[in-house]
Order: sequence, then C-alpha cells, then structure tokens
Amino acid sequence: MRGNWTKILFTLSFIVLFVLTACGGGSETSSGSEENESGSESAEKTIEFMHLWPEGSSKQHFEIVNGIIDEFEQDNPDVKVEVEILGNEQYKEKLKVLSTSNELPDVGMAWPAGFLEPYVSGNMFAPLDDILEGPLKDKFVAGTAEAYQIDGSTYSLPLELNITPIYYNKRIFDENGVEVPTTYEELKTAIQTLADNGVTPVALGNKDRWTGSMWYMYLADRIGGPETLNKAIDRTGSFEDPALIQAAEEIQELVEMGAFINGFNGLGNDEAKGYFINEQAAMYLMATWDLPEWTTNEDNPQEFRDSVEYMKFPEVEGGEGDINSYVGGPGVGLFVAENSDVKEEAKDFVAFFVEKWGEKSVTDAGVIPATKVDTEGIELPQMYIDILNDLNEASNLTLYADVQMSPSVAEVHLDMIQALFGEAVTPEEFAKEQEAALAEEEE
Amino acid sequence: MNKVMSNKLVIALYVLPALLLIVTLIYGPILLTGYYGLMEWNGVGPMTFVGFDNYIELVQDSKFWDSALHSFLLAIFSTLSLAGYLIISLILAGKIKGSNLLRKIYLIPMLLSSVAIAQLWIKIYDPNNGMLNSLLMALGVENPPAWLADPKFVLYAIFVAILWQYAGFYIIIYYAALKGIPESLIEAAKIDGANPVQIAYKIKVPLIAGVIKVTVVLAIVGSLKYFDLIYVMTGGGPNGASEVIASYMYQKAFGSYEFGYGSAVAFFLLIITLIITWITRKLTASGDEVQY
Repeated sequence: MRGNWTKILFTLSFIVLFVLTACGGGSETSSGSEENESGSESAEKTIEFMHLWPEGSSKQHFEIVNGIIDEFEQDNPDVKVEVEILGNEQYKEKLKVLSTSNELPDVGMAWPAGFLEPYVSGNMFAPLDDILEGPLKDKFVAGTAEAYQIDGSTYSLPLELNITPIYYNKRIFDENGVEVPTTYEELKTAIQTLADNGVTPVALGNKDRWTGSMWYMYLADRIGGPETLNKAIDRTGSFEDPALIQAAEEIQELVEMGAFINGFNGLGNDEAKGYFINEQAAMYLMATWDLPEWTTNEDNPQEFRDSVEYMKFPEVEGGEGDINSYVGGPGVGLFVAENSDVKEEAKDFVAFFVEKWGEKSVTDAGVIPATKVDTEGIELPQMYIDILNDLNEASNLTLYADVQMSPSVAEVHLDMIQALFGEAVTPEEFAKEQEAALAEEEE
Repeated sequence: MNKVMSNKLVIALYVLPALLLIVTLIYGPILLTGYYGLMEWNGVGPMTFVGFDNYIELVQDSKFWDSALHSFLLAIFSTLSLAGYLIISLILAGKIKGSNLLRKIYLIPMLLSSVAIAQLWIKIYDPNNGMLNSLLMALGVENPPAWLADPKFVLYAIFVAILWQYAGFYIIIYYAALKGIPESLIEAAKIDGANPVQIAYKIKVPLIAGVIKVTVVLAIVGSLKYFDLIYVMTGGGPNGASEVIASYMYQKAFGSYEFGYGSAVAFFLLIITLIITWITRKLTASGDEVQY
C-alpha cells in the first residue's frame, strides 16, 4: 500500500511540475517586467512590434527601424519595444493567423484599402485620428493617409509612398542598339529587338502574381484611362469594359513576343530581381521601394548600379491614359491593435516612428516616405531626386489592384493574372471571371 | 508493479496528462474545424450559420477536385516509390562495401527542413540558371522546360523533390526491419541453395510484410495531407497546376479569408484520409503474419 502512495505522489508531483513549466513559458514577459518594477516607480511596459524588413533583404530599412527604436527607448525609459521580423509574404500570413486568435502585436504594419477592411470590420485596429489630428497634423503628403481611412476614421499611418517606373539597364540597351522607348509601340519594338538578340527583355517574378498585376494595371491605365479599372473595382463600371479586355490582349501579345523571362510564372519576385541585378534581363517594372538597390546598396556592383536608369511606362497610341499617371500609392502603414494593453504607449510609438522615419528614410535608405520631404541641404542620388520630381508632377496614382479589392476578390484577380500570363485563359474569360467575383461580392 | 497497474486511479493519473494534451490540442480543434465548416466566416468578423452550404459548394468546386486529383496522384507515386526504397534497403542490408556510409547519405534529406529542401530544388529547377537546365543545355537540349512554371511539368517536378525528401525515412525503416531478420534463416536458405534474389523475395520481404503495410499507410496518408514543399516552391501555381488539398485549404482560409470554406475543405480532407486509411488497411490485411 505504501508503495502505491509513493507512486501516486510521484505522479502528482510530475503533473504539477508539468503544469508549472507550461505556465511559466507563457508568462515569461510579464514576470520579467515584474522584476524590474521593484527598481523604478512606474511599471515597465512592453510594446510588441512586428515589421517586415529583415536584415538580409532590407538592410537599410532594418537598421533605421532599430535606430528609431533605440531612440524611443531612450526617451521613454519605462517602455520597451520587442521586435519580431518576417519577410513580406510570411508577414502577411502571420498577421492573418494572429488576427484569428486575437493575438495581434501592439504595433504592426498594414496595407491600405481592401487589406484593412476585414481587420477594421472585425474591430481589431484602433482608430488613429487623434495622432493624425495631433502631433502629425499636416505632415503627410495629400492622399496618403486617406488611403487608410474607412468610414471617416484612419486606421493606419503610412510610412512609404511609391510609384512604379520601369527600370532598365542602359548598357544592355546600348549593346543591342535599343533606344529608350517613348511610346508603347517603341517599347514593343525594343522588346522584339532584345528577344531576337537572345537577351531577356523583362525580368518578371509572376509566382507572386502582384508583379504581373502591375503590368496589367499600366496597360489598363494607358488604354482606358486611370478611372476604368478603379470603376470596375468600385462597381460604378464593369470589368468587361473593352479597354480592360484590350489590356489583357496586349499582355498576351507581350507573352507571345517572349517579352518576359523564361519561366516567369514559376519565379518569385526576389528571384526575378536577381536576374535584373545579374544583368541577365534588360528591364524590370517595380515600385520605388527598390530604389536603394540601384543607387546606394553596396552589395550590388557599382558597374551595375551605374547602368540602371528608369523610364515612365510609355503611352499607348490612341489610348486615354497619360504618361504622368502611375501605378503606386502608399505602401505599408503602422497600426495599433485595438485590444493592446499598452495602447497609449503604442500610439506614442507610432507617432514617434512616423516622424523619425520621414527624416531618416530619405537619407539612410533612399526610399520615399509618406510624410513631406524637405530635400534642401541633403545629398541624394540623382535618380531619387528625379523620381521625387516626377511624383510632384503625377497626374494620378492608381493604388495596386489587389490592395483595392477585398481579400477574396483579390485572390481571384491574382489567380487570373497568373492564368492570363500563362495563356490558360482568354482575355474575355479573364475579364468575365473577375466581373463575376466582383459582382458576387457586391450582393 | 502489477499492483500499481491494477489500480484504476493510478492508471487514470498516468494517462491524464497525455490525454489532456491530445484532447485540447488535437481532438478539440478537429471538432471546432467541423463546426467552422458550417459557418460563413472571414476569420475576423462575426460568423453566420449556413448549414451545409460550404460542403455543397465544395462538392461542385472543380478547383477542389483538381487539387484532390493531384493529392491522389502524389499518393500513388509515393506508394509506388516504396518498392524502390525497399530494393535499396535490401541491397544496403546485404553486406556490401560502404553500406554504412550510403545509409547516412540517404538519410541526409530527412535532416533538412522542408523549407531548405524547397529552396534547394527551386535553385535546381531555375529555368535559366538552374543546375538541371544547365545540364540539359550542355547535353544539347535546346529549349529545356521551365519546370516550375509549366503546368504540364510542375506537379511531377515537385513530386521528385518530395520523393527525394522522404527516401531516407522509408529506407531507414526497411533497413531496421531487415536487420531484425535472424541470420540463421538466411543461412538455412543458403544451404538449401537459394540465390540472393530468392532469399530477398521469398524470405526477407514476407518477413517484413507487417512493416511494409505500415509504410504504405504512412505514404498514402502523408501524401493526402502533403503541404510543405508545394507551398514554398509554387504556392499551388501556376494556375493551380500544383495545388493539392492542403494547399487549397490554406489558400482559401488564409488567402481569400474564407475561413468557413477553408474549414470545410480541412474537414473533408480529414474524412477522405480516414476513409482511404481504412480501405488501405482492409486491402493489406491479408490473413496471417508469415513466420518461419
């Protein structure tokens, strides 16, 4: 009998031990701050911050973020910022997973419009109007913060502003006797010449699909004018508009010509960019967040960076769009979680971050912030200044189609883009499927 | 010890921790998934009960059936490949030179994480700079296919990587089972004049039939719910040409925010897997175990 009891006691203690360790793991951070409490009068608070610029692929961004956090912690000694970093695609997915279990970080990054909507309707993001009206009043470029507005409240504050030019390798152009095209016809001639000479004209990583979407959006804009696609998405128009179908036909014509790199539907964007950087492709359509790659990033050979120039997406003859209309808009913005237990501190952090980012991103990373830039007295690469000027002259910015749409319609759009480029659907089917998805959602 | 084990209370105590874990982490979520499958839910906002609408839609969803077909193809391929692994293990378990080293080489893919394997194969399959196409071009093939971008090849290209990934696992299982066969049986067969092929076919394979059955079930179930490499290498693309059930479920739930529908796919996948497992067990349950 005694042996029995020893066994039971042993087992019980095992269970207790097990439960204790399990709990201990979960509350690590809170117990950590308790220890500090005895030292200072106010309790130390921790802001969880999730961002998408890992050291490996976005070194400059990564370092600026760390610099800003250090400064913030120095100014606010009782607040700690805990950082979690993921790559772009993984970040998007993790955010979704966290939101379903209601465990969003206190501060994180979000995209405008359609991306925000489920989070806002699920009451997961806190409105940031008080910061926008307070410390950050009039700091943003017109039209940037508005993209994060839903029903009159702003739920994220933008960091970046981007337009999407075509970068090209001047050396490859010269070697093949190609002039920089000024019309779409000339662009096609250039592509034909390059393809005939066995040079890959365009690097495109269409496994990620939004990359191909940007090509389609430009053609839709240049053929049908800036409003056609927007109207199809906001349901004041139709996706079966002739201009939108014609744009899809043009895409397939480019594919037929061999404009895009061999195997583009299986390549990710980073791999495609690699081809451009290795000078194995002549052109690359991408937003200005990649500017540092062609200007300041020491990891890329000087020779390559010197030969990269950019052009605006050329006009299509007889089309409605003009050359100063861009695909682009604000990129990521910072949100504060509604259920955050350090909401006030998190808001202060966001305000601080946006302001500092505006100063440092220009000089240290060479990207364009969503806040107004004062270029006086700073030395900047010429390409950066040119693009800033173009931005000032822009007649229109069309937000990325997959961001404008709700997540489920965006999936249809992106799948259709891949199918269109892969010639698995006709332009008519391409338009019809998306029209159906948009119409179904409207109901 | 016997005394302890006869005490119901003690048994319950011993079982309790594991039982709690398995119920909260496995069976609970399965039931929840079934429940979510009856809802229309975007994962964040409120849920609405829609009954069996999701399942009705699922049965008519051609994309789902395409991905199911791909999963079944994978199951067939991995089951067939077991024969190859068995032959390799038979050779390794025989006393050949360097079998120890070879065994370790075969095991290495198992030690790599799926993402690392996916990256490795992405590099191999790269259409222009990849190892495979460089080799093909050196051999004079003019336009080698873009493996991961061509809907005709992509599924099989990934299958190769998956089979490679799991080869070591099955080889090690077979190897261990073969090593468990008593030496005396093989000696006896040799004395009776059996050649190595006969020994393998008539003695070794029947003796490890139980293990083979288990690996068949493992291969089929593992294939049906397979996800990792496909997700990293193509994300199910291009145009759904490499989509399998699990990646389709993920895309629906976390890509399109249709958590209700995604849950329905997940629950359906569970049911399919259970049925197939049961059928496989029935088909392979052939009478008595062989003993000599």
